[in-house]
Amino acid sequence: MAGGIKKFVVGSFDDEKVLFPAVKNVRKAGYKIHDVYTPFPVHGLDHAMGIRETSLHTAGFIYAITGTTTALTFMSWVFTKDWPLNIGGKPNFALPAWIPITFELTVLFSAVGMVLTFCYLCNLAPFVKKHHFHPRATDDLFVMAIECTDKTNDAEVQAFLQSAGAQEINVQVAETGWWIGRYHKEQKLYKEEKGY
Amino acid sequence: MDHQFQLPGSYKKWTYGLIGAGVLALLYGFIMFNPFAHAGHGENVNSTRFWAVLLQNSVFFLLVVNAAMFFICVTTMAMAGWVVAFRRVSEAISSVVPILGVITFVILMSIVFGHRTDIYHWLDKEAVAGDHILNGKKGFLNPMFYSIFSFLTIFLWWFLGKKMRSLSLESDKKGHMDYETGKKWIWNNTVWASLYCVVFTLTVASTIPWLWIMSIDAHWYSTMFSWYTFASTFVSGMSLIALFVIYLKNRGQLEYVTEEHLHDLGKFMFAFSVFWTYLWFSQYMLIWYSNQPEETKYFIERIGTAEKAGPYKGIFFFNLIINFLAPLLILMKKGSKRNWTLVTVMAVLIIFGHWIDFFQMVMPGTLHEHFELMPFEFGVACLFVGLIMWGTGRYLTKNPMLPKHHPFLKESMIHHT
Repeated sequence: MAGGIKKFVVGSFDDEKVLFPAVKNVRKAGYKIHDVYTPFPVHGLDHAMGIRETSLHTAGFIYAITGTTTALTFMSWVFTKDWPLNIGGKPNFALPAWIPITFELTVLFSAVGMVLTFCYLCNLAPFVKKHHFHPRATDDLFVMAIECTDKTNDAEVQAFLQSAGAQEINVQVAETGWWIGRYHKEQKLYKEEKGY
Repeated sequence: MDHQFQLPGSYKKWTYGLIGAGVLALLYGFIMFNPFAHAGHGENVNSTRFWAVLLQNSVFFLLVVNAAMFFICVTTMAMAGWVVAFRRVSEAISSVVPILGVITFVILMSIVFGHRTDIYHWLDKEAVAGDHILNGKKGFLNPMFYSIFSFLTIFLWWFLGKKMRSLSLESDKKGHMDYETGKKWIWNNTVWASLYCVVFTLTVASTIPWLWIMSIDAHWYSTMFSWYTFASTFVSGMSLIALFVIYLKNRGQLEYVTEEHLHDLGKFMFAFSVFWTYLWFSQYMLIWYSNQPEETKYFIERIGTAEKAGPYKGIFFFNLIINFLAPLLILMKKGSKRNWTLVTVMAVLIIFGHWIDFFQMVMPGTLHEHFELMPFEFGVACLFVGLIMWGTGRYLTKNPMLPKHHPFLKESMIHHT
């Protein structure tokens, strides 16, 4: 596995109100948050974690214009070069009639492309088992996984999480990914910001 | 917090400047264009131009300010909380409806009872009698129905909008609402909002654009026309709200409006630009595809045929570029919808674009190839813009900028997209 095996200190929180300051303090202390697993989307958490904005929408735009170009080039080739037909006396290059199909292909390309990209970014694929840090992350716990390096003193991290209000804390060893050049979540350095 | 907003001098200067320019343009038209000349058969082009321009501007701007009330009512019915922070701005814009309503009504009545057959062909009784299609539409297109229905429509817009505004203003006097009072007040709002929406659907989204604008091309009809007009005015209305919100924010007002609210306004501008294009294209494509002579006539008058380009070809496609391509490509990114400057530019562009859209709805059927896009046309537009600024400013200086006892205010303050 390309990602390799890493050690994580995992802390579980049962309240958003505790989680947000904890995320802030962990980042402030200079630890690297691998990820926070929540049972539902938490507004503003991505911002609190300092994750850079996703590029998924840029990818979506590129897929979309690929779809547009594919549809237009294919249809114009078929109807003007390969097999021109007289349909109701319309010109062979019948742009208005092609717009619905162009639109459909634009949507199709961007939808399928974005789903596949999303799976890739999240390391999801059929038959690939992902490590679960805590089964209750899909139910009622917010689970924060902190990545350790060789130099990290995990006892210290555990104590730190304890003081930050975590309910359960343990150390786990897990595969981090399955794909070459896997998606590394960058974490911006902590700085005080207004409004969060 | 409680101090009343005062209009800055520059705002007043612009307001009176625009109204002054508009009045000058109107006077110029009144003297030079001989507006009461006999409609005839195209010999008094200038007189036709005078009424066509007034019709285009009054109907467009009336529908735009009316869209602000529609926005309030729709968000009320949807129990949306995020709009509360700038709700008074849309209320202020909608308070111009009675002013523009009266002006529009006077213009429409002058056209109908001034027997302007050059604007509305169906006013010509002899022509109608010998015309199979127009004879069939006689029940709908006659001066009596036209004037009564227009009057009722404008009256109901004013009345229900007034009710919505006074409900909102009442909440300021009520003081803090507890759960039960708040619930009752919201319910009250919802009832009036739904009544407004029913009236809106039966007028703006169906009959009124048919009656006021589509009947210029009396033989032609398109069931999609009203939706297309509605989309045009709604997206302009959203742009107008965004413009006022940005202006007031720059003046240190609207303390709870953040980038998040701007983002959602930008989304409305983006989404309804696409919606407008969808309807524009659906109307165009179906007519192009089925190729019925009585339907294609509408587009041949505008863009012409493959052999001979029509007089409106440039405007027609320019319209598509600024109302579709520009909003689509520029407002697509999250960053641009959160950029105050860019949203301002786009809002102005969208309002101008839809004004042009209305221009090419009205002019081809009335002026044919004799249309002009000169200071007179822009001057009349200035008059209406000035009136909107005046009415909106008046409402904002008379009433508190924030409905501070609105039960959803907190939701608006912490709004996060």
